[in-house]
Parts: sequence; C-alpha cells; structure tokens
Amino acid sequence: MGFLLTRSLDKSATAFLLVVAAVGIALPLLNLLLPESSAFQVPTYLISLFGKYLCYAILALSIDLIWGYCGILSLGHGAFFALGGYAMGMYLMRQIGGRGVYGNPLLPDFMVFLNYKALPWYWHGFDMFWFAALMVVLVPGILAFSFGWLAFRSRVTGVYLSIITQAMTYALLLAFFRNDFGFGGNNGLTDFKDILGFNVQSPATRAVLFALSCAALMVAFLLCRAVVSSKLGKVLIAVRDAESRTRFLGYRVESYKLFVFTLSACMAGVAGALYVPQVGIINPSEFAPGNSIEAVIWVAVGGRGTLIGAVIGAIVVNYAKTVFTSGVLAPYWLFMLGALFILVTLLLPRGIVGTVQSWWEPRRPNAITEAEASAESEDGVAAPKPAE
Amino acid sequence: MNVMSGRTTSAMLYLDGVHVSFDGFHAINNLSLTIEPGEMRAIIGPNGAGKTTMMDIITGKTRPDRGHVLFDGSVDLTRLDETQIAELGIGRKFQKPTVFESQTVEDNLLLALATDHGVRATLFWRPVKEQSERIDRVLETIKLTDARDRLAGSLSHGQKQWLEIGMLLAQNPKLLLVDEPVAGMTDVETHQTAELLKEINREKTVVVVEHDMAFVRALGVRVTCLHEGTVLAEGSIDQVSANERVIEVYLGR
Repeated sequence: MGFLLTRSLDKSATAFLLVVAAVGIALPLLNLLLPESSAFQVPTYLISLFGKYLCYAILALSIDLIWGYCGILSLGHGAFFALGGYAMGMYLMRQIGGRGVYGNPLLPDFMVFLNYKALPWYWHGFDMFWFAALMVVLVPGILAFSFGWLAFRSRVTGVYLSIITQAMTYALLLAFFRNDFGFGGNNGLTDFKDILGFNVQSPATRAVLFALSCAALMVAFLLCRAVVSSKLGKVLIAVRDAESRTRFLGYRVESYKLFVFTLSACMAGVAGALYVPQVGIINPSEFAPGNSIEAVIWVAVGGRGTLIGAVIGAIVVNYAKTVFTSGVLAPYWLFMLGALFILVTLLLPRGIVGTVQSWWEPRRPNAITEAEASAESEDGVAAPKPAE
Repeated sequence: MNVMSGRTTSAMLYLDGVHVSFDGFHAINNLSLTIEPGEMRAIIGPNGAGKTTMMDIITGKTRPDRGHVLFDGSVDLTRLDETQIAELGIGRKFQKPTVFESQTVEDNLLLALATDHGVRATLFWRPVKEQSERIDRVLETIKLTDARDRLAGSLSHGQKQWLEIGMLLAQNPKLLLVDEPVAGMTDVETHQTAELLKEINREKTVVVVEHDMAFVRALGVRVTCLHEGTVLAEGSIDQVSANERVIEVYLGR
C-alpha cells in the first residue's frame, strides 16, 4: 500500500497537505490559547465558520473526483452529504437523552411532540457513536451503489444522469419533509448537547471539530490523489474523454463508474457528518437541488480535475457567500452566483487552479515529461472534450 | 460455455446471413463473409454500404436481427457485449481517430495493453518491466518513440491514426478491425501505413475498411466490395475493380 501513498504525493499535493495541516493546528491553538484581547486571537465563530467551509471542501473534492476525472456530473451530491449529516444528527439527538424539553429519556423531542409511542426501528443503534459513524459512510455508500448500479448498467450518461441525480435529491427532500418519515420533518434535528460526552457548543469542542475537519480533508484529498494517480485514474480520464473507446479496449466502464461514484458518495457523507455538529442543525433543506448545483459551481470555479481547485473553489465561493449575504447585497447573491458560474465558464473554463497551472506549464522546462512524471492532475486540466 | 455456438468453422471470422435494419432501413442485408486465420482482407464499398455497421456487429456495438457471427471457429459474438468481445481478442480502430487526447502517447498504449482490466487490478497497478518493454516495441513499430511523453491530442492526424493502430497492437488481439486507417493522410503516410499493416499481418488477422483505392492496391490482398449491406464482389483488386456491377455502384461516375 505504501507505493500508493508515495505515488500520490507530488510536490503540489505535499504542499497542499502541509498547508491544511498547519491551518488545522494553528487556528485551534490561536483560538484556545490566546486571550480574547489579543489581536491574533481567532474568535470561535470564525472557527465554526471555517469548519463549515472545510466540510464543503470535502464535498467539493468528492464531486471533483467523479466530475473532473470521470465526467459524471452529479447534481445530487448534496443528498449524500445530507444523509451523512442525518446519521450524525441522529447520534447527537440520542445523546440529548432526558435533557430535552419533554424530558423523555428515550424519544427525541419531536417524537414526543408527534405522539410517537416507541423509537422507530431505524433509530436503534444510533445511541452508539461507532454505529452512527458506520452509517455515515454506509448509508450514502449503499444509496450511491444501488443508484449507480441501475444508472451505469443502463448506460445513462451525460445530462440524463445529471437530471436523475437531481430527481433523487428532490425525492429525498420531499420524503424528509414529511413528519411521519421519522426524521423530524420540516424542522429536522437540532438542539444538540453533547458529542462523545463533550459539549458541542464549547469553544474547545469547536476547535477540535475544526482540527478533525482539517484531518478529514487531508484524508479525503489523499484518497482522491491515490485514486487519480493510479492506473485507475488514467482509466477514469479515458472514460471521461472517450467512453465507448474505453469499452472497446476491454474495460468494464460501469464498474469503474460505480466504484468511483460510491467512493465519492461515502466522502460526501463524512463531510455532512462533520458539518452537522459544527452548524448545530440538519434539516431537509440540505437536500434542496440548489445546494447540489452550488457545490458543482464551487468545483467549476476552482478548476475541475485538479482536486486542489475544488477545495479552493469551495472556500472562496462560500466566503464570498458569507460576505455578500450578510450585507446590503444579500438579495442579489443568487444572481451573483449565477453570474460567477457564467463568467467562469466563459473566461476561465479551467477554473482558478487550472488557469494558474496553464500559465505555469509553458515556462517550465520539459513541461510535459515533468507533468507526466509528477501529476495526473495536469492531465485532468487539459480541457476535456468528448472525443465521440 | 453458453457463448459457444452449435456450429464450428475453421475461419477466424465467419458471418452468415446477417441482417440488421434501423427503423426499416436495411443497413445489412444477408451479409455472408469468411475471413481465414492469418488473412488480411480489404473491404471497400460506397458510403452507406454497411462497412461500419458490419464493424459494429462484430464488436458488439450493434446486435444483428438475424444471422450468425462466429469468431475463432465457434464463439458466437452476437451474445457478447463490447467488453467481452475486446477481451476475446478483437481490436478495433475507429474511422475517426479516437485516442485519449488529454493523456500521453505512452499512457494511451498502457491503457490498451492486454492486462487485467478490473477495478482492483488498475488501482493497485505498478509499472512492470515486461509491460514497458512491450510499450517500447509498439512505439517503435508505429514510429512514435520520440513522442512517447507528448499528449496524444498534440499529435498530427496521421500520428493519431498510428497511435490508434499501436493501441490495437498493445491489446494483442487475434483479429484487428481497422476502419479507414489512411483517411486524411499524405501519400507518404499512406504508403507507410500500408507497410505497417503488412508487418502486423505477419502475426495477426486483419480486416481493413478503406476508400482509398491506391492504398488497397498497395496492400495487395483479397478485396470484398459491399453494396447496400451485402457482398457485391470478392477477389483480387484487379478482379473486383473490373467487375461491371462494382464499376456501376462504386467506381462508376
């Protein structure tokens, strides 16, 4: 397995991991150790805000893996994110125990309110963290596997696949909105108290969650790098650029798509699970089709097929969103987002990172051999165009 | 094995009574064709004669409505899909050169190599000396050794055609289906391609679809002329081009 790791770590990947690790260590320390009067003290609200961006960055990575490298444009990845979030939310709800408004030791508040007599069967086991953590990965994974198995075997591709992924997340949105579905309906799950015995609201817990999000981002990034820098990564790019050619070479394209789609969904689930304790709520609006589309825009802005670009795109666009939606421009944010998408598509088709790389490459001596030796990410950068 | 048909032949490729229609249009009409092992066959015919559809049937892209398609004596190709047929040892070069443009020449060949094509095998794949030697040999054959690290998309049209032929060789198939290999090539490139195919034919069975009569003549092999999805004439290039019906439908002005 060691060779997978060494192959994944080219210069830019190593630099990226070092930056994330430094941020993951420095910001929590600056938050916890310095007095509030210090100019370098990082306020807890910023820790939570950036923690949230990190979760979005993991979601963006998962989308870049399938879209940037394999050409699968999922417009429903928010569903896997939300499912991971609900699994974590269910654990957090069970941790409240008797401290809820109604004081029922077993049933969460919304169940008491809705006259549930007993805990629904699918809520069992979520009082145990390990079980919830398993479900965070398994539920999105199994959904993605079944969905992908049906879609890829029937050779549903391109815009048709995008549309059915939208339908999938919309169907889940409607289901989770229902009170009798057993996940708190419209209000979702909230009022969390503890995670593994630590107060979710306390600055220390927030700082640890932030550090964990950085760690998860690093693991997710390494996983993606390991995939795209292997021969499997070359096959994925081949599928993206010329699917039927790949089939005639003797590759079972649907197996490759299924593998990478399921892996990506599991990553999105983990992102959602880290997101929920940091924002303190999960409700059906996370399934909204618009959320999934927004996540695709992050990847497009950052540069698809570059991995690092997905992370940068997620953070930059969400920071802009936070800035603009809190000022007088708030009503116009969606227009700005739309304009951003159009401008990036027209002017920066390779996204931020892709454009920077293409400036860099011609100036480098022996650009092609080095690019090949060091990173498949460069391959992904070349404007993907369908060959057939 | 259920893919074994009841019939057996000594032929590498055997088509008998094959019919295909698309929305009432008979693309292939009672087509029968036999390619012997080690043979090189040129298929000519005007546009719409069914040449590419025939390739599609052999490689599993299109299912015939009727008829038998046997490979290597007894394997019924009509029951298999593209991947299975590729794994059996039938390689195909497309009419429009289809290489993986955003990957290097070497990676294109690596992807084509006949190895385990499963997900796990490719994830844990590591460079193997024997494979890189094979790639070296193919690069030499297709004269692209110097271009091995270039992106396939940056190659000239003729080089892309050769790369695709190289990918076929890397697949190590028993039967090569080559669709219009010299379309858009210069005269020199056309000549070199004919030499290349003859070289390949020393070890492998080859079926070439081509419009370029000078090229077909340079190959110097048996020619089959298709018209409206059926065989119009078969024989040497001189016999076929002297055939009155062929002149009428194809060469005639």
